[in-house]
Amino acid sequence: MIKIIRDLLKYDVRFRFAAGMIGLILVMVLLSFVSPYRPDQTFTVAMDAGPSLEHPFGTTSRGQDLFWWMTFGVRNSLMLGLLTAAISRVIAIAVGLTAGYRGGWVDRVLMSVNDSFVVMPLLPILILLGFLFKGQLNIYLLAVLLGLFGWPWDARLIRSQVLSLKQRSFTQTASYSGAPAWRIMIAEHLPFVLPIVFATSINNMLWSMGMEVTLSVLGLSDLSRPSLGTSLYWANQHQALVAGVWWWIGAPVLVAMVLFVGLYLLMSSVNEYIDPRTRLRLIGA
Amino acid sequence: MEPLLRVTDLKAYYRTEAYGVSRTVRAVDGVSFDLYPNEIYGLAGESSCGKTTLIKVISGTVKNPLRIVGGEVRFSADDVEHDLTTMTPDELRRIMRWKRISYVMQGSMSVLNPVRRVLRTFEDIVATHRGITDRKEFRKEMADHVARLGLPAEVLRAFPHQLSGGMRQRVAIALATIFQPNLIIADEPTTALDVVVQRGVLQLIRQIQAETRNTVLLVTHDMAVHANVADRVMIMYAGRIMEEGVTETIFQRPRHPYTKHLIGSLPKIGERSTRASLPGSPPNLADPPAGCRFHPRCPAAMDVCRTVVPEMLQLPDRHRVACHAVAQEEGLPLPRPEPATAGRTAEPSRSEDLS
Amino acid sequence: MSTTTAAPPLFELDHAVVSFRIGSVLASSQLVAVNDVSLRLAAGKPEIFTLAGESGSGKTTLAKVLLGDQATTGGEVRFQGTRVADVIKSRGHTAFMQEVQPVFQNPFETFNPLRHVQEYLFDTALNFKVAKSRREAEEPVDAALRTVGLSLAEVRQRYPHELSGGQLQRVSVARALIPNPKVIIADEPVSMVDASLRMEIVNVFKRLRDDEGVTVIYITHDLATAYYVSDRIAIMLRGHVVESGPVEEVLTDPAHPYARLLKESIPEPVPEDKGAWTRRIELGATEAGEFTRAGCKFAGRCPSVMDRCRVSNPPDFVVGNRLVKCYLYDDEAND
Repeated sequence: MIKIIRDLLKYDVRFRFAAGMIGLILVMVLLSFVSPYRPDQTFTVAMDAGPSLEHPFGTTSRGQDLFWWMTFGVRNSLMLGLLTAAISRVIAIAVGLTAGYRGGWVDRVLMSVNDSFVVMPLLPILILLGFLFKGQLNIYLLAVLLGLFGWPWDARLIRSQVLSLKQRSFTQTASYSGAPAWRIMIAEHLPFVLPIVFATSINNMLWSMGMEVTLSVLGLSDLSRPSLGTSLYWANQHQALVAGVWWWIGAPVLVAMVLFVGLYLLMSSVNEYIDPRTRLRLIGA
Repeated sequence: MEPLLRVTDLKAYYRTEAYGVSRTVRAVDGVSFDLYPNEIYGLAGESSCGKTTLIKVISGTVKNPLRIVGGEVRFSADDVEHDLTTMTPDELRRIMRWKRISYVMQGSMSVLNPVRRVLRTFEDIVATHRGITDRKEFRKEMADHVARLGLPAEVLRAFPHQLSGGMRQRVAIALATIFQPNLIIADEPTTALDVVVQRGVLQLIRQIQAETRNTVLLVTHDMAVHANVADRVMIMYAGRIMEEGVTETIFQRPRHPYTKHLIGSLPKIGERSTRASLPGSPPNLADPPAGCRFHPRCPAAMDVCRTVVPEMLQLPDRHRVACHAVAQEEGLPLPRPEPATAGRTAEPSRSEDLS
Repeated sequence: MSTTTAAPPLFELDHAVVSFRIGSVLASSQLVAVNDVSLRLAAGKPEIFTLAGESGSGKTTLAKVLLGDQATTGGEVRFQGTRVADVIKSRGHTAFMQEVQPVFQNPFETFNPLRHVQEYLFDTALNFKVAKSRREAEEPVDAALRTVGLSLAEVRQRYPHELSGGQLQRVSVARALIPNPKVIIADEPVSMVDASLRMEIVNVFKRLRDDEGVTVIYITHDLATAYYVSDRIAIMLRGHVVESGPVEEVLTDPAHPYARLLKESIPEPVPEDKGAWTRRIELGATEAGEFTRAGCKFAGRCPSVMDRCRVSNPPDFVVGNRLVKCYLYDDEAND
């Protein structure tokens, strides 16, 4: 693990950028724990003040220091992303591996369910749920919902990979070496499946955080919780751009950009490294 | 007679670099030989001897990470002369490929598109290299071409998977001969095929060569095939030429220990006496042995073999050998063995110098 | 005088038939890959038995039948007297794999490119209870590697691409040896290995038979190595065994016209004497035509074909120590 990070830092410029960007984000997340202001407090500081040394992101029309408010926002958004990714990975891997290995009617049933989820129009459903849960669609519930919808594409990817791996000769060798199916899955096939899982996790995180922004801007999520999306919602509510309070829109956008680009660079650099073909080149094949 | 293809001291290496690990594989490391018109030239060698890389250079398909590091490949025929190592990819495609030099690969599926009928693949290739003005005329031309090669007309209408392996390979040969090229490179054309089919495919190659009097470069590790098909044979090992000569000479009077082993280890029907195998395995071309590359496995290895690369020795009757032991047999003085140092002697030591 | 019942044969194929249905639900046809094949490998007499034939002859399907991976659609395949399907059902697939192990064709695909090759050897030792721990397993693994001319020290921590095709195949054989099987089924083990490295592997088979008492079923289309190493041979064409018997007899003087064609087509490394090899032969365009032909499958290309050959498939005729499926040897009709 240390070696992977060390190699990537030394040789992959993308990883260096990613490390820097994600580092910044993580610093913000950590700072949220020592924030002098609580996110629910309003009118604690001067309103609509521009960015300055005292208030690096300026202040909002509700009298909140935007920087410290955003530390909570980043923390919540990141947590949403991680939780969604975790839930959907578990489902995607379970479905993908089972469908790929069992084949037959199990595969057909699972893939029909999978495809039904794929064609379901997610945004209208979430909007509907947002209206139904009016204001109680908190971050955890949203993460679970997104997790339950975020697995089908990746399940199919994993299934294809499994199907092709089953055909390869070394699977048979492992079988004739007496290995039970689960051991073959883990010892032989996982190294090939892992890059897909990793790439799709980051992808999933980005997707879920983007979904949250969409829903929040529409005012459908729990608006009392700070997040990347709700900050934009409140900014719009107070007509920030018209009022000239550009930093209220600018700061969350900037933070979102750093987070998204950082995660993307992390994904592409690590993915290339753990890709079996790269590993083969490294060991000299 | 002017050689059709003159390869002089060709060096082609693969250079890969990832995460601080850089490797240089010296696949072809100083190869010189000539191909003449109207002959079947056999290239014998096992896997990782460099023959695939050599073919890539000659057929003009050199791509990163493969780079030509030195030497030249001079092609001359019908008042045309080119150095293949200096031509651009575009020139190679326009001038050389398929019209002057074509190839038949192992596993014809790589050249026959599996989702198109055979005739369509023929159309694709001809349209790219010559252009088709009259479809009907073209179809008749193709039908005549395959008929002349003894193939039934139905193959043109078939999909590749509907044909047997041998028939596919013969279609690939038909494809390679459309423009009557000066040189046909056949890379292990029969390796995956059974003996009966192999016989048919090789007979077709011989027939084509006899009719058009062109040159065929037949690459295979199977010495028995060379014995029955090739006019001259060259034996390659670890990126270098070990021996070259007329087929009869190579098989009746092999001089190089590696050649002797290749021929002697072949089982023959009628003999069940035990045949020994050569110890060791072909070297890793990223870190080849110093001196003669065969010395770690050679039964006749001497001290000098470990450090000094043997020069190519010219013997009578177009016979060449690169071996210190043979030089000694011929009464030539041996070079002094260089002191064994940590680096490579007698070899270019820094690959960066040879960009 | 006591009578002892002879041990049941190691493997017995009893009029085995394997046919596949190919095509869609609406338009399908039968492909009979293995057509009424009967063979017997005696117990207590290790031998090297070659199944020879072109691609499409049915030899690979037959290998799968013997490994228990393919069920017969007709006839029976028995291992030590019991039907293979029953052996697997009652004793489990692992128990059968302990007795019958494969060696595959492509040495470069046999092992996972991302794993060290010795891992498979240790896995096999532990899974088949040859050893109880990795430390204990070192000994049988090293012994198996020595039998094939390698050693654990040479092979340890090596990835597949660091070894030659010949070495990989030998490691594959060593892996198959670890559970102490009675039979090793080698499916085209040398066809993807360079010609000069083939001897290594084929010599190992001799050692398996002579020193380890393992019967080797050697599936190949390379008749030269088959002659060099095997005791008996069965030549297959489109699902039928057309000639079978001691290898010296069958290959030095083949009786069946197809066997003669095969032998004649082997290129000899003797340039001055190309002889019969240069005689022009016709190759069929599609394999399907030969498969579905009624009568003898070779009738389309046979130089000695008679009318009755096109009508019905010949039965086995006894010629010396061999069985030949050819009407040329029908003594009754030819008298």
